[in-house]
Parts: sequence; structure tokens; C-alpha cells
Amino acid sequence: MVSLEKVAPQNVSDRSKIEIKNLNFYYGETKALKNISMVLPERSVTAFIGPSGCGKSTLLRVLNRIYELYPKQRADGEVLVDGKNILDRDQDLNLLRTKVGMVFQKPTPFPMSIYENIAFGVRLYEQVSKSEMDERVEAALRRAALWNEVKDKLHSGGTSLSGGQQQRLCIARTVAVKPEIILLDEPASALDPLSTAKIEELIDELRAEYTIVIVTHNMQQAARVSRQTAFMYLGELVEFDETAKIFTSPREKRTQDYVTGRFG
Amino acid sequence: MTTIYARRKATNAMMMGLCVGAAAVGLAWLALILGALLYKGLAGLNLAVFTEMTPPPGSAGGLLNAIYGSVIVSVIAMLIGTPIGILAGTYMAEYGRFSKLTMIVRFINDILLSAPSIIIGLFVYELIVRPMGHFSGLAGSVALAILVIPVVVRTTEDMLSLVPNALREAGTAIGAPRWIVIRSVGYRAAMSGIVTGVLLAVARISGETAPLLFTALNNQFWSSNLNAPIASLPVTIFQFALSPYQEWQQLAWTGALIITLTVLTLSIIARSLTGRKEGH
Repeated sequence: MVSLEKVAPQNVSDRSKIEIKNLNFYYGETKALKNISMVLPERSVTAFIGPSGCGKSTLLRVLNRIYELYPKQRADGEVLVDGKNILDRDQDLNLLRTKVGMVFQKPTPFPMSIYENIAFGVRLYEQVSKSEMDERVEAALRRAALWNEVKDKLHSGGTSLSGGQQQRLCIARTVAVKPEIILLDEPASALDPLSTAKIEELIDELRAEYTIVIVTHNMQQAARVSRQTAFMYLGELVEFDETAKIFTSPREKRTQDYVTGRFG
Repeated sequence: MTTIYARRKATNAMMMGLCVGAAAVGLAWLALILGALLYKGLAGLNLAVFTEMTPPPGSAGGLLNAIYGSVIVSVIAMLIGTPIGILAGTYMAEYGRFSKLTMIVRFINDILLSAPSIIIGLFVYELIVRPMGHFSGLAGSVALAILVIPVVVRTTEDMLSLVPNALREAGTAIGAPRWIVIRSVGYRAAMSGIVTGVLLAVARISGETAPLLFTALNNQFWSSNLNAPIASLPVTIFQFALSPYQEWQQLAWTGALIITLTVLTLSIIARSLTGRKEGH
């Protein structure tokens, strides 16, 4: 059965959401990203692919400046989100991260109940009543297709869930704070095929509302979920184009070699 | 091949025998000590121990003032030492993870951790007792607090370091400021370990005698004045056990039993806290 939603035209705009200009990134003395420039459109899924160590996760981690947790990591260049350079020194990092959410490779539920896992983030920047919070938690869990599985045990620990459920809890937690951009760092690589399928379905539903950037090792996954794909190699952006083009008729030989499995 | 295998099995059996033997020798002494303590201590354990003051030589009495003194001095020591220890450990594991200061503090803390407690006693004697001109319960608390700090610093840092970085990143990634990530994610994940460290610190100080000899001294009578010498179980045991009076010696055995049971209880609580975490 084909669902109506998927046949209907996608809610895609071509307004750019993120503009990266001449971005360089350093781990101490090592240059990990070399002069990256690209434009990511709003409300669509962009995939970063490439072999291990190519810089795709590093690039993702620049977009919410999570790298700032560690000393000796720094970025130069410009990353414009809605026209504002988030690499500016006066950028408030906490507010940036409420706007740019992130889901990690390993599911990371907080050491608290399922309910609290979601309420925690909401409570950070909003004052909501108990009943409102209940609604927010339910909405987030529904959004992440987890509600039916957990509605009877909202107050048991987040770690009691299976890996796939934990990952969806992390997605629920991320959407609950109403971000505009969601970064997914290999969100399904630690999950079994069934849980992976659920996550991919979820990405498909979320793209109507959010700008999504996904890093993945799995090329089929990139092909399935993304509208445009960036191929990176040794810290360089080799090619960035519509996903169909990257996988069928890439301009660069290196891209061709990688997507056909000749290296990487 | 079979000879190699046979020889390996024989070696294995021999080494296993040695290991079991060594463990048995170690445990035997412990069992003997505990057995003697139970046998001698239980004989004098009665209600009077908890309701009467330490007696003059040759008459019956209890340990009430010593138990009270020990509890009050230890509680104050924990109140001083625990916050300092937890805050320092938090700095080392969170804010100062990559700083040089952390390495220096860790090094000094390790020295402090193994410093003989009598030196701490002398230090506090010079620092507080001499300037004040008299021994005091408060000086005893300060001496014990100095013993508490390194234990709590070490366990807090270790337990927070065990919290996966991924959790910190996840907390940061939804927009939580650092202190909220530490409070709501770090402390929560490391809670049972940190509490265990605090309980172990209590266990560590509850039997300390040397630092109290130079600071709180002792008191034959009831006193709740922290600005004056105060009785404590370890010092009372020390004094009574060395005395020639039979009643005093009996009270020393009983006091030793009380301390041992207290430490044992704390260890069991600490164990069950960490055990529950691992079981989850």
C-alpha cells in the first residue's frame, strides 16, 4: 500500500537555510576540513557521505558548534544560518543549540525517566504548566513514532528501552525543543535493520518541517532518505549535488569510485 | 600435543592451589580478628554502653559521651569535607579536564590520600590548637575533614570521568548550559558512585585516632561544646585498652565492636549502591 503522504508533492522550498563559506577546521595542528563551501536548502534532507576520517562528522559538529566542548578544536570561515554567521564570537551557543538539534550515533538517553528525558529540554527555555508539559511530551513521542510503545511506562528509565527505541527517544527529545535544523550523526549505524527502517521512515516524515543533515556510512541510506548528497574525501568537499545525480551520474571520478564501491 | 596439554593442566592446578591458599591465609587473619572482636565485644554490649558516661577507673559505665563526641565530630568533618571534595572533583572531571591545574591537584590529592593521619593531626595542632591555646572538638573535625577531602575528590573525579562524553554532548546539544549538564546529567549518572565515596570517607574517619589525639583530645565527661576537648570512640578505646582496669578494657572491646559494625554497615550500603547501578 502506498501512503498518500508520499505521493503528494513534498513541502520543499529552495530557500537556503545554511550557507557554508570557506570553512576550515583544525584539530590542534591538523587541518580536518579544507575550504568547504556549500548551500543547504531549507526543509530537505542533505546527506554527507565519504570514507571514515573524511571530515563529514566534523563538518556536522561545526553546525551546532558542539566541538567547542573540547580545547584545541577550532573553525574559521563562515557558517550562515538564516543569514547570521554562527561562528561569530558573540553567538550564544546554548541558543544556537536549541535551534540546531543533534542526534548521535550511539543512543544517549539521559539518566532519568522517559518523560523527564523530554521534559528536561523543554524546561530549559520555556515555562510550561504540568498539563502543557504532558502534551508536549506526548506530541514529541508521537512525532518520533514512539508514543504507542512507551505511553504506559513514561516514568520508567530511558535506558530500559531497546536501542532503536532509545534512538527514537533521542529524536523525540530533540524535536521537543522545537529546533529548525536537525543534525543526525550516523543515527542508525548502531541499530538493527528494523529499527533502521523506522528511523528512516521518521526522517522522511520530519523533512517537511525541519532542515535535516545526516551523516551516514551507508550509501543506500543516503540514497533513500536524502534530496541532496555531499561526497567528502580527506577533508575536502569533492562533490555536492542532487542525490540521484551523485549516485547515477557523478561529475567526479572519485565520487564515482566511492559510490560504486571501488574504494572506501 | 597431549603432553603440552597435560603439563598446562598441571600448571594450572598448581597455580590455582597457590591462589586459593593465599586467599585463605589472608581471610583467616581477618576471620580471627573479627571472631575475637565479636567474642570479647559482645560480652560487654548492653544498654548501659549507650546510656551511661565513661566511668572512672574501677567502676561500671558506658560510652555515651564518646559515641556522641565521635558522631558530632565526624558529622561536622563530613559537612566541611564533602562539599569541598565534590566541588574539587567536579572541577577536575568537568571544567578543568584538560588543564594543567587538574594534573597538579590530582598529584597533590594522591599524596594527601596516603598521608599518615598523624601528620594531619600535627598539622591541625599547629594550625588551630596552638593559636587557640586549647584542644577542641572543632579542631578534631577540621583534622578529619582533611582526611575526608582526598577520598571524596578522588571518587567524585573518577565517577564523573566514567560518565560517557556522549552524554555530555547530548546534554549540550539540546541547549543546556554546562552547569545544568553537570547537575542534571553528570551528577545523576554518577550519583551512586559519589555517594559511595562519601560513605567510604565516613568509614575512613570513624576509626581515626591519631589526628584526634592532637586536636579533640578526650573528655571523661559529657560535653557538647565544640570549643573544648571532646570525647571520641577511637581515643577512648586507645586510652581504655592500654589501662590496667578490667572494666575499661571491656569497654574498649565493646567500643571497637561498635566502630567495626558501623564501618561494616556503611560498606554494605556503599556496596549495594554501586551494585544496584551495575545491575541496571
